[in-house]
Amino acid sequence: MDKKPSIGKSIRVGLIVVLCLIVYAYGFQVTQVSFKEISSERRQESLTRVLRALAKPNLVEYEQKETVIKAPIYVPCTEEGAVLPEPDKSQPYLVLAPACADPRTEIQIEGYNFTPNSEGSLYFVPPSEVNLNLGSFKADDKGAFSVTAKVPPRPETVVQYVHAVSLQRVGSPTITQTAIDTWDKIVETIFLALLATTLGVIFSIPVSFLAARNIMKEITSPISSLSLSIIGWPVGIGLGVVLARWLSQQSQSIYANIWLTLLAIIILCVIAWYLIRWAMPQEETRKPKLSIRITRIFALGISGIIMILVVMLVAKSTMTAGTNIVSPLGAFGFLGSFLSNMGEIINLIIPIIVGLGVGALVSNFFSKIGKWIYLRFNPSLRLIANIVLSGLAGATIFIILGNIINWFYQINDPIKIFYVPAVVGALCGIALAIWARKEDAIPVGMAIYYITRTLLNATRAIEALIWVIVFVVWVGIGPFAGVLALSLHTVAALAKLYSEQVESISPGPLEAVRATGATRLQMIIYAVIPQIIPPYISFTMYRWDINVRMSTIIGFGGGGGIGFLLIQNINTMQYRAASAQMLAIAIVVALMDYLSSYMREKVV
Amino acid sequence: MLKVQNLTKIYEGGVLALDNASFEVPKGQFLAVIGLSGSGKSTLLRCINRLIEPTSGKVLWNDLDITAATEEDLRQIRRKIGMVFQHFNLVHRSSVLTNVLAGRLGYVNPAWSIMNRFPKEDIEKAMKQLNRVGIAEKAHQRADELSGGQQQRVGIARALMQDPAMILADEPVASLDPVLAHSIMQYLELINKEDGVTVLCSLHFLDLVHRYAHRVVALNEGKLVFDGLPQEIDDHRFKEIYGKDAERVG
Repeated sequence: MDKKPSIGKSIRVGLIVVLCLIVYAYGFQVTQVSFKEISSERRQESLTRVLRALAKPNLVEYEQKETVIKAPIYVPCTEEGAVLPEPDKSQPYLVLAPACADPRTEIQIEGYNFTPNSEGSLYFVPPSEVNLNLGSFKADDKGAFSVTAKVPPRPETVVQYVHAVSLQRVGSPTITQTAIDTWDKIVETIFLALLATTLGVIFSIPVSFLAARNIMKEITSPISSLSLSIIGWPVGIGLGVVLARWLSQQSQSIYANIWLTLLAIIILCVIAWYLIRWAMPQEETRKPKLSIRITRIFALGISGIIMILVVMLVAKSTMTAGTNIVSPLGAFGFLGSFLSNMGEIINLIIPIIVGLGVGALVSNFFSKIGKWIYLRFNPSLRLIANIVLSGLAGATIFIILGNIINWFYQINDPIKIFYVPAVVGALCGIALAIWARKEDAIPVGMAIYYITRTLLNATRAIEALIWVIVFVVWVGIGPFAGVLALSLHTVAALAKLYSEQVESISPGPLEAVRATGATRLQMIIYAVIPQIIPPYISFTMYRWDINVRMSTIIGFGGGGGIGFLLIQNINTMQYRAASAQMLAIAIVVALMDYLSSYMREKVV
Repeated sequence: MLKVQNLTKIYEGGVLALDNASFEVPKGQFLAVIGLSGSGKSTLLRCINRLIEPTSGKVLWNDLDITAATEEDLRQIRRKIGMVFQHFNLVHRSSVLTNVLAGRLGYVNPAWSIMNRFPKEDIEKAMKQLNRVGIAEKAHQRADELSGGQQQRVGIARALMQDPAMILADEPVASLDPVLAHSIMQYLELINKEDGVTVLCSLHFLDLVHRYAHRVVALNEGKLVFDGLPQEIDDHRFKEIYGKDAERVG
């Protein structure tokens, strides 16, 4: 079956080989590959120096005793000749030969009676008392050494000195400051990774459903309903923020001392619980009357407000209690500051959550009105309603966009940021309403799916090490910036991995639960979530692994953790300290690797 | 009374799965749906509770127009229609009890069910249904630890939790051996007789049809080619339903 190799084929292969050669040659050029540089003596030397430093991580140190032995010298020689005192031979002493010299000439420095095998440095000390290094010495078994050194160019008429400074280890080894710092920072690193992973997981789980095609595909909505729900968001958020502010004032006035507040919290909780129990019966075979439903909604609203008030009071009492127990707790004072921090966080995010919550409620309510319009209006009336509502919704979106653009570019011209967007948005909305047929359901789910996916991809494309720069500007250099940057990247990466797991669930149980008349949320809880728990745990572990590794270098960008120390020590060429940190990183990453694979095995 | 009128389903890509099918099922009847694989049996059953949205035609049930129902009304209708599947469609990692309770999701308040809280009566009811299908002792095992026949019984218990007026069974015994097939069919027969539940059941084996069904409809390439009593299926009819080259087995 041997075919004759044709000329054309040979030429083609030859061309490909030549092309590859050119590509690699250019690659060498661009990446500045230079073996000559590697083999140069200077480079070899510095490599040796660094590697030797790295091999001696700066973990333990000895207290050192310094002994200074002096010997006088004249530079240059005086005319009457050098008359020097005889050294005390019971002590360590130096003998210089000759005892006077011209600058840049060599002299012999000999030492006697030093501690055997001790090491030290030699200095030339002019009257200015600036030590000029003459080299180092190492005493032999008898405590003697002999070193040739060059006299520095410091001519003086008075006597100058040569010092031999010997360092001796005294006592037992102690842990260096570097080791202590490294320990501190590696603990910080581990907790940085833990917080970032936790925070990331909390946010990526809901996002992962928005980015799952099989869940979002079915969500469609008639145009009237969609438009009204869009209008409902800003209205609801506005109402929610007003409500939160008002409630916050109320909670300030209710708040008395901590025990009374605790009592109030318990009473309010009980009231809310009974209201909820009454307003949400566990099971009903038929729809209740309209009047009962309205009363129930009213009761739920009141219990909602009570719950917000309770959370506000809880936040406030945790803040006070936390601050108060910091000092009595002593070493565990961080628990107190944790409590007061949590209180503060809750206090900060409560208006946001209330705003979003009320926004969602109002939007939901509006969309129900929209559905009612869709079902009850006759086609021509429906078209008119669609055009009006869709125009309003378009204007709302464009005005919000206009305000965002204004925030960035500071245009501050009401015509450009309000009227123009309103008109353009309204026109877009009207065009959409006319273009979409009256009966058509708009695939809202898919729109959300694509927006979420795009945002996730964009966020994921930027590494955490770059995100940290943004957060350092915002919250300052330190581990908190690192936590935020890593969390953001975790959300983007995990949400994608999670959503792919949601997409690959088996559709059978979903179909079965749907057939029982379950709502979409019930379908997710009963048919989707049980199926995705194992892969979610496994991906969370995997991410935790990545985050530990990332958190060791997030400090390069100012994000705290051990990388912060490491880059400092590398930049100041303190390789022995850097070595200690690299060792710590290696140990921690290896341990976490082992731990996470062990846990994955156990849990999944 | 279930009325299916001119029901047609064309899938994306133009596959005609159901072609103008019309028939009626009186209350309390055990109706078998037969036909080759791919003849539209599953599509027909799923169009009835709109797990698959029909392209055209109507499904009327006790004068309720299922095909025109809103999302909310559809949920109310679906909860009265139990469904049993060929591959059981249980949530493997959940307990048997949770799987059975899932049949109640259309009735319970969504807010409570999200927190996995079911009324006490429902839990008792679930145990009763499990008892009825003979696997009460498995209630707290994971669903995937059960054998195929047991899993299908959990599927039936789940459908029973809905207090169904009708059960749609999509080849409920196709993944089971003949002995288990009969035991599952007997449960469906029992439910049909004792509770007066209408059963629409797609089947492959004619002996099962003869043994359990009151009436048969047959589909061939989405068209309704036969509607009558099981014993009316003679060799001629058989070839009409299953094609010229088909041979009877069993």
